Amino acid sequence: MKRYIYINDDETSQDLYCANRLSNRKYTLMNFLPKNLWEQFSRFMNQYFLLIACLQLWSLITPVNPASTWGPLIFIFAVSATKEAWDDYNRYLSDKKANEKEVWVVKQGIKKLIQSQDIRVGNIVWLRENDEVPCDLVLIGTSDPQGVCYVETAALDGETDLKTRLIPAACMGMDFELLHKIKGVIECPGPDKDIRRFDGNLRLLPPFIDNDVCPLTIKNTILQSCYLRNTEWACGVAVYTGNETKLGMTRGIPEPKLTAVDAMIDKLTGAIFVFQIVVVIVLGTAGNVWKDTEARKQWYVLYPQEFPWYELLVIPLRFELLCSIMIPISIKVSLDLVKSLYAKFIDWDYEMIDPETDTPSHATNTAISEDLAQVEYILTDKTGTLTENRMIFRRCCIGGIFYGNETGDALKDVGLLNAITSGSPDVIRFLTVMAVCNTVIPAKSKAGAILYKAQSQDEEALVHAAAQLHMVLVNKNASILEIKFNGSVLQYEILETLEFTSDRKRMSVVVKDCHSGNISLLSKGADEAILPYAHAGQQTRTFVEAVEQYSQLGLRTLCLAWREVEEDEYQEWSLMFKEASSTLIDREWRIAEVCQRLEHDLKVLGVTAIEDRLQDGVPETIETLRKAGINFWMLTGDKQNTAIQIALSCNFISPEPKGQLLSIDGKTEDEVCRSLERVLLTMRITTSEPKDVAFVVDGWALEIALKHYRKAFTELAILSRTAICCRVTPSQKAQLVELLKSCDYRTLAIGDGGNDVRMIQKADIGVGISGREGLQAARAADYSIGKFRFLKRLILVHGRYSYNRTAFLSQYSFYKSLLICFIQIFFSFISGLSGTSLFNSVSLMAYNVFYTSIPVLVSTIDKDLSEGTVMQHPQILFYCQAGRLLNPSTFAGWFGRSLFHAIVAFVISIHVYAYEKSEMEEVSMVALSGCIWLQAFVVALETK
Amino acid sequence: MCVHQSINITTKSSSSILFYQFTQQNLPACKPVLTPSWIVTTFLLMGVIFIPIGLVTLRTSHSVIEIVERYDTECIPEKFRGNKVSYIKDSTILKNCSLYLKVPKHMKAPIYIYYQLDNYYQNHRRYVKSRNDQQLLHGLKSNDTSSCQPEDSSNGLPSVPCGLIAWSLFNDTFKFIRESSELVVNRKNIAWKSDRNHKFGKQVYPFNFQNGTFIGGGSLDPSVPLSDQEDLIVWMRTAALPSFRKMYGRIEEDLDADDVIAVHLMNNYNTYSFGGKKKLVLSTSSWLGGKNDFLGVAYVFVGSSSIIISLVFMLLHVKNPRPYGETAYLSWNR
Repeated sequence: MKRYIYINDDETSQDLYCANRLSNRKYTLMNFLPKNLWEQFSRFMNQYFLLIACLQLWSLITPVNPASTWGPLIFIFAVSATKEAWDDYNRYLSDKKANEKEVWVVKQGIKKLIQSQDIRVGNIVWLRENDEVPCDLVLIGTSDPQGVCYVETAALDGETDLKTRLIPAACMGMDFELLHKIKGVIECPGPDKDIRRFDGNLRLLPPFIDNDVCPLTIKNTILQSCYLRNTEWACGVAVYTGNETKLGMTRGIPEPKLTAVDAMIDKLTGAIFVFQIVVVIVLGTAGNVWKDTEARKQWYVLYPQEFPWYELLVIPLRFELLCSIMIPISIKVSLDLVKSLYAKFIDWDYEMIDPETDTPSHATNTAISEDLAQVEYILTDKTGTLTENRMIFRRCCIGGIFYGNETGDALKDVGLLNAITSGSPDVIRFLTVMAVCNTVIPAKSKAGAILYKAQSQDEEALVHAAAQLHMVLVNKNASILEIKFNGSVLQYEILETLEFTSDRKRMSVVVKDCHSGNISLLSKGADEAILPYAHAGQQTRTFVEAVEQYSQLGLRTLCLAWREVEEDEYQEWSLMFKEASSTLIDREWRIAEVCQRLEHDLKVLGVTAIEDRLQDGVPETIETLRKAGINFWMLTGDKQNTAIQIALSCNFISPEPKGQLLSIDGKTEDEVCRSLERVLLTMRITTSEPKDVAFVVDGWALEIALKHYRKAFTELAILSRTAICCRVTPSQKAQLVELLKSCDYRTLAIGDGGNDVRMIQKADIGVGISGREGLQAARAADYSIGKFRFLKRLILVHGRYSYNRTAFLSQYSFYKSLLICFIQIFFSFISGLSGTSLFNSVSLMAYNVFYTSIPVLVSTIDKDLSEGTVMQHPQILFYCQAGRLLNPSTFAGWFGRSLFHAIVAFVISIHVYAYEKSEMEEVSMVALSGCIWLQAFVVALETK
Repeated sequence: MCVHQSINITTKSSSSILFYQFTQQNLPACKPVLTPSWIVTTFLLMGVIFIPIGLVTLRTSHSVIEIVERYDTECIPEKFRGNKVSYIKDSTILKNCSLYLKVPKHMKAPIYIYYQLDNYYQNHRRYVKSRNDQQLLHGLKSNDTSSCQPEDSSNGLPSVPCGLIAWSLFNDTFKFIRESSELVVNRKNIAWKSDRNHKFGKQVYPFNFQNGTFIGGGSLDPSVPLSDQEDLIVWMRTAALPSFRKMYGRIEEDLDADDVIAVHLMNNYNTYSFGGKKKLVLSTSSWLGGKNDFLGVAYVFVGSSSIIISLVFMLLHVKNPRPYGETAYLSWNR
């Protein structure tokens, strides 16, 4: 649904769209109780407990005081309702604060200070430096004469660098007065949650200058929750308000993740439920039979001759209530409690604090710690996860001459320095491209040094390197760019920027030399995105070799190129580009197509090689975790050679004699199919050999394989312990996670950048590295850690302990409930199957609350083996992975144990008190203390 | 054997050290390592301790002398044997009966007299629930007798004490005669002291009791307060098992071996309609209570089985010794 927004029009748009009132609340005062109760009762366990509690109100069948069930039930409900209410109240407070913040808005042509919640779509909002943006705005004016402003988007996407935002061309040059009176129409799509996309049009109404449609992109907007920086003031038109902003739409409650242990507990609960029903039916029937044959003769029981229709149900229902304690009511609460403690242990761990930045690890999702121990596949990103993502320019190849090969550092290569001083045109042009063709923003610090703020680490490395080679990017003022070279200042006017997208894999700028007036196109990009577009006469063989050679060394390569553009050609193309930029449908694709028309016949200048070092401890971590039986897949957007090189250097795959790397490639379906089958065949043969076989696949082949040969690829995925997938897109990463999950593997995805977010969210466990690519991944993840090497500790120590403890705690909860329940069942055999409870309400409640719930909490700090032992022998994790501590057979063990213990306790308590002292109260106390001692003994025995 | 875990840190106060150790999951811990020799010793020790205890207990239990006499069938006259139920229900017949007991061994005073009922479900749910503790303590002041149903009232007035338990009070009586002189039976202090003082009211007198159309068990003297009706108090403590004994009284004289005691009893209580047995029990007591072999047998059984287990473990260990902490035995190294 399209929106037409009338700028600064107080009448028409008032009521069409919602006001800028934020509301993150789930409840209101009125609906809190019903809504919250409804939510709680949508869980099966709670429904069950409610049913039991209601049945207990019927005094004819209740064995114990109804308070013994209602008490805990109400307590549990109150606890979770209070938690919800508290969270919601905090949300309300923060909403209120945001809503009542005062902002300057133009109303009836006058600037007024109003509350943020009264902003309407179409209002003009004025912001000053360091103000938070109250809603999504389309920029129409800034203090900067070039119409630029800077925003910090950390709250939105986690990236800490400043981003430039431009006012649309149509509003360029308007003065202060005019901005108060501006009228116009903005045409834009309905609210969505894509924070990287805004395809709109702006048309100013007469008397305001031109009648042209002016395209709007995300570059022309400033979004809610960003901050205005380095700009005195800015103003914009509100386009999305309240909960309809981009940020408001992205917000949402993520699907709760269920751990394998949770699923198993649910299954076991179901089994116990079935068992309970069977017991109830058997005992109920037997009880009715006994009643009719025996109890009628027993005059002292005085059964009436006439009985109501429900009489047959009474005894089975009594047994149902007696057996209801089989399913411990406290299990969910105590598990939630201990799980949040495990999460706290992760937050507290001093050994997982990143020493460089002092960031501790953090468990955002507190409910899935034990799943860490059951991970079978780790899917890891490369850049920033395995490597440091600190790019350093190391080598280059300019016009066929290799620099930096001897020293390993091109910046110190004498040959290059000489070439610069002698003014070799190729080299200077190469440096110019390095300094100009980017989106880096230079900022002067107070001391006078120039700081570069870049969105891409590669660009930053290139600009830094150029600066060290005397080509210094000094200033960027809207479209004018200043470069200092050997003392002289060069000025370029940037005419267009053809942006980098992951599909195009290159970026270009069209610049005009301010001295000569020549227009040229400067490009940089991946080799396969540049070399094919070289002009016909140029030999690209040396560059291909250079790229090959550099990626063998694990370096990231970029090709630089340029060409001169004639004035006419530029003008013609510029019109097409403008048109493409203002389309609303498929804009990205259209722009890419138009860019293609300019980016051809390039003159390739050379190749740069940038090093990205491995993080500390990566090879050891991978080796240890692999010993623990975890398989690794590397999913990267980088090119194949670099990926393989990194994989080799971090123990990911073994070199030739020990390991074998099979590659799946091909451009067409047939080729991919054939190579897939070949790889699969080799895999099947070598599974018996002690050889590390891995496969490599690139994005293109993966696309085909996933689309047409899903079955074969799935088989391959099961067979191979290691895989490298290069050139993959974020959605392919997520698809691979899905694929492994569909084979019933527990997956852990680890990454650091925005391109990993989808895979992190899809995986059973998402781990984000709070790295240099921003916090986006860390925010979306269940766990955020500072360095890849902490993963070892996270899995082997925290995951394993959590799993052991949860496995014990959950089975123990069933054990102690079954123990007391079995005694009740045995007692019913000697009490004429009439459903008498041996224990009174107080003892039952005390047993569940004091005697059994509290002592067992000790197990949450129980360690079966020391951390050192586990780290030394990671194979210990096999037990957890295979779920050997919590599965139907261990549960059967606990079941048998409780049955045995119940028999012992029951036989002893009825026999030691035989005949003369066999009073109910005494026997029940003996049996109860027997149970308490037994369960305490079990806790003592099981905790190490 | 104990493996201690601790770490060295340089923090100031002990509470912050404790918190640090807690957050780092590094609290000092003691881990018993269950080596084979440890286990063998523990089991052996258990056996060595348990068997003597069991033997002592058994001996004590055997020193208790007990006379058990079933009387429910013999006390029906020959001509009524075919229809016991109508005999017992006929209130016009005086149901006296005599038994002769021979004392096998010298019995030391006090000698406890119990009556024992078999196949009698005092623990039946309908039965257990049918009482009102408030009424027993406060009498008519407590009005709500709904828990006593179906025996909560008769003729429109509430009964005190109400409920099935009180209504079905046991009412056989016993008299003991040795060599033509009557033995004194002390029938005081047979109930729990706490029951007499705190559970059954001193000012509460039986009222409107056994006045219904259908008479259950015995009736009570309306002039005696409930706290002194010890037979009722004993009866109201419901038994957990379908066979149970309840105290009737004490004989505070020694009985010699081969004494013959004549028991004159009134056989009033109906156990015939459901085939229950009635028995009279005379028993001495020891420091462990009455005659009960179970505890001693259980101790001897547990003790001897732990000795057997320890021997088996020892043999296994000698046959297949395995050094402590040997990594070669880890499943992934084999």
